[in-house]
Amino acid sequence: MFEIFGIPSAALFGQLLIGLINGSFYALLSLGLAVIFGMLNIINFSHGAQYMMGAFTAYLILQYSGLGYWPALIIAPIIVGFTGIIVERVFLQRLYKLDHLYGLLLTFGLALIFEGVARNYFGSAGLPYTVPESLRGGQNLGFMFLPNYRAWVIAASLVICIGTWFVIERTRLGAYLRAATENPTLVRAFGINVPRMITLTYGFGVALAAFAGVMAAPIYNVSPQMGSELIIVVFAVVVIGGMGSILGAIVTGFGLGVIEGLTKVFFPEASNTVIFVIMAIVLLVRPAGLFGRRA
Amino acid sequence: MEHVVNPLVKKPSMLRSQSETIGFVIMTAAFVIAPFLTYPLFLMQAMCFALFACAFNLLIGYVGLLSFGHALYFGWASYLSAYSAKTWGFSPELAILTGTATAAVCGLVAGSLAIRRQGIYFAMITLALAQMMFFFALQAKFTGGEDGIQAVPRGALFGLIDLRNEMAMYAVVLIIFLGGFTFIYRIIHSPFGEVLKAIRENEARAISLGYKTDRYKLVAFVLSATLAGLAGATKAIVLQLASLTDVNWPMSGEVVLMTLVGGLGTIFGPVVGAFAILVMQFKLAPIGEWVLVIQGAIFVTCVLLFRRGVIGEIANRLHIRL
Repeated sequence: MFEIFGIPSAALFGQLLIGLINGSFYALLSLGLAVIFGMLNIINFSHGAQYMMGAFTAYLILQYSGLGYWPALIIAPIIVGFTGIIVERVFLQRLYKLDHLYGLLLTFGLALIFEGVARNYFGSAGLPYTVPESLRGGQNLGFMFLPNYRAWVIAASLVICIGTWFVIERTRLGAYLRAATENPTLVRAFGINVPRMITLTYGFGVALAAFAGVMAAPIYNVSPQMGSELIIVVFAVVVIGGMGSILGAIVTGFGLGVIEGLTKVFFPEASNTVIFVIMAIVLLVRPAGLFGRRA
Repeated sequence: MEHVVNPLVKKPSMLRSQSETIGFVIMTAAFVIAPFLTYPLFLMQAMCFALFACAFNLLIGYVGLLSFGHALYFGWASYLSAYSAKTWGFSPELAILTGTATAAVCGLVAGSLAIRRQGIYFAMITLALAQMMFFFALQAKFTGGEDGIQAVPRGALFGLIDLRNEMAMYAVVLIIFLGGFTFIYRIIHSPFGEVLKAIRENEARAISLGYKTDRYKLVAFVLSATLAGLAGATKAIVLQLASLTDVNWPMSGEVVLMTLVGGLGTIFGPVVGAFAILVMQFKLAPIGEWVLVIQGAIFVTCVLLFRRGVIGEIANRLHIRL
């Protein structure tokens, strides 16, 4: 056991790990927000609620069909993503011609509905969801103890984030998406079904949130307010990073998670607020965000 | 030029041209009679929220800025008002002034940060800053944490009028509400207000006409925050309570809902919306968490089908301004 800046290394690395875990969720959620915003020009306020729905869907799948974590990790995002597609078809597509603010208000209303329903059926106390058998235990790295599940969460979210970046920036489908973001009318003229692409993008973004929710279920308890607490921090992350760049969203998400974790070690009182303080500083120094383009 | 009359434009009737004045008279009369018909405490609370919603509407309705963090000003004003009245023994008028001044300072700081970005980012920044101040309120000693500041003394106005008397308190709240309301009305119809509306319609054009729009937006933001603070500070004295509920994000959402239901950018809409939402919460209190679902459903309905709100819809049907 050794010390760094007077802090025992196990505590320091422990918080660093928690920071990376939180950062994984910030990155996954801000990535989803950025992808949705790029195509729909809507800030998806219900993103947090959809993350919560992912966790609850995993919980319900376990309760009613006995299917565990691994099937839930696939099934829950598909189910929640499908509800996202319905939301886009029924509600959001009516708003594209209006001010962006209406999209924010509508999805805020949806978030209230989702959270309210969850509270009615499950109460506000958290429900437990156990870590899957195959990922129990952990590794002793010498300077700290690394639980297997946490290592998996960090690795999985990195893979998903980089995979999403690759699809959008380096494939033909991604090129269509980026083109449709810039000029939907022109892309339609080339015979590409842009409205369907928008619907699927929203479904994908929502599925991403649900995927994060399933991964979060064994770490945090499954509770109705798990999303609303997180989404406001994610908004700050998005303001800091700027939504112009996918890679920017990922880097900012992980980076802020780590900073938050370190703050917990050195100045615990500020750990809740440090991301907001950073946001204020970034607004003063670089109003467009670290990776953003001036709108 | 003034005497050139376009024959195609009918001279507006008395009702049309004076609709706002008539509305104001009806509203005032209703508030004077109401305490004899229903609970004064409920009415006072509703007037505080109505003023809060009017202050919020000044930004969204007339500058086009959606602040999703107005609970910050309402809640912090409420805390400082309650704290100064209870711990420092301030008289109610000084306590309310202290709370309002707090909100003005918060508004200046938060506003100068938030106006650096437009549109959707503005909403996210105001929400994030409000959440930061929520955590401060949660951790600070003087706010009493989860308990809030309870049993705030109402005291005596100017050391003379005992506000423990419900009707005296009611009169004070009514005067504050009408004062705030009239002030907002004057802002909207002033040359300054016309510039604000120009910014709402087309900011780039306002800039090209030589207006320093950032300054106008900041002043409007501070005014809105200050008036929201006035509402919060008064509420703390009326209900003798300041708590985390006032400063948390659902409160910011609630004021958006009130304004949306009543009608964005209408003078009377926020008042009607605030009353409608409070009555709903009061009536639906027994069904618990479903209130959240119903509020969400109202949001969705308003955005999809009813964007003008109650008052906006009436004004549009009758071709009048309200």
